[in-house]
Amino acid sequence: MQSLSKIWLLCVLLLVSSVASANLTIEITRGSDQALPIAVVPFSGSDGMPEDVAQIIQDNLERSGYFDPLARSSMFEQPSQSDDVQFGTWRSLDVRYLVVGRAEQTEGGFELQFELMDISGQRRMIGETVTVRGTDLRGAAHYISDQIFEAVTDIRGAFSTKIAYVTAQGVGDNMQFGLYVADADGRRSEQVLTSDEPIMSPAWSPDGTKLAYVSFETERPAIYIQDVATGQRVQATSFDGINGAPTWSPDGRRIAMSLSKDGQPEIYIMDVANRSVERITNSNSIDTEPAWSPDGRSLLFTSDRSGGPQLYQYNLGGGEAQRLTFTGNYNARGRYSPDGEQIFLIHRSSRGYQVARQDLGGNRLVVISESTRDESPSVAPNGTMVIFATQQGGNGVLSAVSADGRASYRLPAAQGDVRDPAWSPFLN
Amino acid sequence: MQLKPLARSLAAALSIVVIAGCSSTGGTQDGDSYGSQDGTTTGTSTSGVGTGGQYGTSTGSGAGAGQQADSRIPEVRTIYFDFDRDSIKSEYESVVMAHARYLRSNPNAQVVLHGHTDERGTREYNMALGERRAGAVQRFLNIQGVSSSQMSVVSYGEERPAVNGQDESAYSQNRRVVFNY
Repeated sequence: MQSLSKIWLLCVLLLVSSVASANLTIEITRGSDQALPIAVVPFSGSDGMPEDVAQIIQDNLERSGYFDPLARSSMFEQPSQSDDVQFGTWRSLDVRYLVVGRAEQTEGGFELQFELMDISGQRRMIGETVTVRGTDLRGAAHYISDQIFEAVTDIRGAFSTKIAYVTAQGVGDNMQFGLYVADADGRRSEQVLTSDEPIMSPAWSPDGTKLAYVSFETERPAIYIQDVATGQRVQATSFDGINGAPTWSPDGRRIAMSLSKDGQPEIYIMDVANRSVERITNSNSIDTEPAWSPDGRSLLFTSDRSGGPQLYQYNLGGGEAQRLTFTGNYNARGRYSPDGEQIFLIHRSSRGYQVARQDLGGNRLVVISESTRDESPSVAPNGTMVIFATQQGGNGVLSAVSADGRASYRLPAAQGDVRDPAWSPFLN
Repeated sequence: MQLKPLARSLAAALSIVVIAGCSSTGGTQDGDSYGSQDGTTTGTSTSGVGTGGQYGTSTGSGAGAGQQADSRIPEVRTIYFDFDRDSIKSEYESVVMAHARYLRSNPNAQVVLHGHTDERGTREYNMALGERRAGAVQRFLNIQGVSSSQMSVVSYGEERPAVNGQDESAYSQNRRVVFNY
């Protein structure tokens, strides 16, 4: 493996590819019983267009768990503007919200007009004309989904965000790893990196332009920082031992990580500008998987200082790390909610390894996933969903669950394992 | 590389031949993924008197086989661990001892100890557990007189399983430290 890998090292491909491949598909696994009935009428004029904009919007809203879309076959009328809407028709179908719209091809692309109606209030809530340059109808559909989601829920939509994830195929010495970035719905995947050595732990910079990740392409782990748009990258660390678990500070100037250069893995903070590292934890135990609190003042991390892995919070102002989790003997890989009031983590229950949630103020832990081989939870920037890796039929797949545990969906890949998802920050 | 049961047991027998020639602690009980798949031309005895054709020796004496073994990288290069443990099981001490002898006899030899875990649990925590396993082997070798400059440790955590599967049989083959020369 050693000498072969050295040859292959030369072949580690850096691709900033516009070629979509290995798209993930969506399977809704659980709908919320509190989902709001909505109808998204097919946009008039969209026949023959490369994307079915209304379908993308409908799928987005359904996946969020906040909406229960009406099937198209039940739409007796298909109005395309608010003036044509018969409120009684939709009320009789128990629809609370209605989306109508028109699509038109223009010289430089497309123009989409949409309106959101409140059926019970008999009023138009929002409406907008969206200009699409080129063929980016999917991007426009995600944008419209964001507007609808926010108008109804008062929560900023996260449909225009991205996910990064790692793929793996093969076993033992014959493996291929890939790092991908895709739309939040798993579509339009683009390869960021491939290697015959492991790639892991991708982490978005807070401005969404860069990924930090761990790559073994030199036959040992090192942390790299790569510009997603240009593919340009630098090796940020290559210390002896583990170089792992990078996470960016909210201001993007520092990266917390786990390094074992001085013995056991400890939490360090690297200054991105000058690459200097400062040791944060000092224990005779494993300290890893740091996460930055949204206010930048604390680090959450996994430590086995009490025997097994548990989550601790360290105040960067000083003092001792405080243990946060006390339920069971395995709690690891914590992530803060965007408001900083909750943490999501992997908890080993009697059923297996599951995604759980805990209020920072209390110590009651609630399991929110139904699968039992879960890893790597990553929270959407609006806090509504948690994406994570799990197993389905012997393959690694991505799955997502709403923060309240009520709704969930899976994003299976055509082949191989998919793992290590990282939800991007808001990009617009 | 996955070995079939027969090939595995032949590989185990083969390793015992080598180890028995220079060790009083007996052989391993487990096969090894780096063992020979072609077991047909090698010794099948577990008594330690046969010498494997693959080793190119014809001395037929235990002492001769021992000298030969110390000049060659030991054939068994993987040891396995219990769930959530980093202690070297007694059945694998002879394997580590054989590597210690080889490294002491060959001060220019370098070994990279690759630590691995099964897939359960979180990836980066498993990276740390894999390092602990490889570190335990490194300390053992050190105590046996192997120079620190001859050894390094790389943990692969759960990233490079030896076999795929979600049962204890697969997990037990993935919790391992591999000697890479």
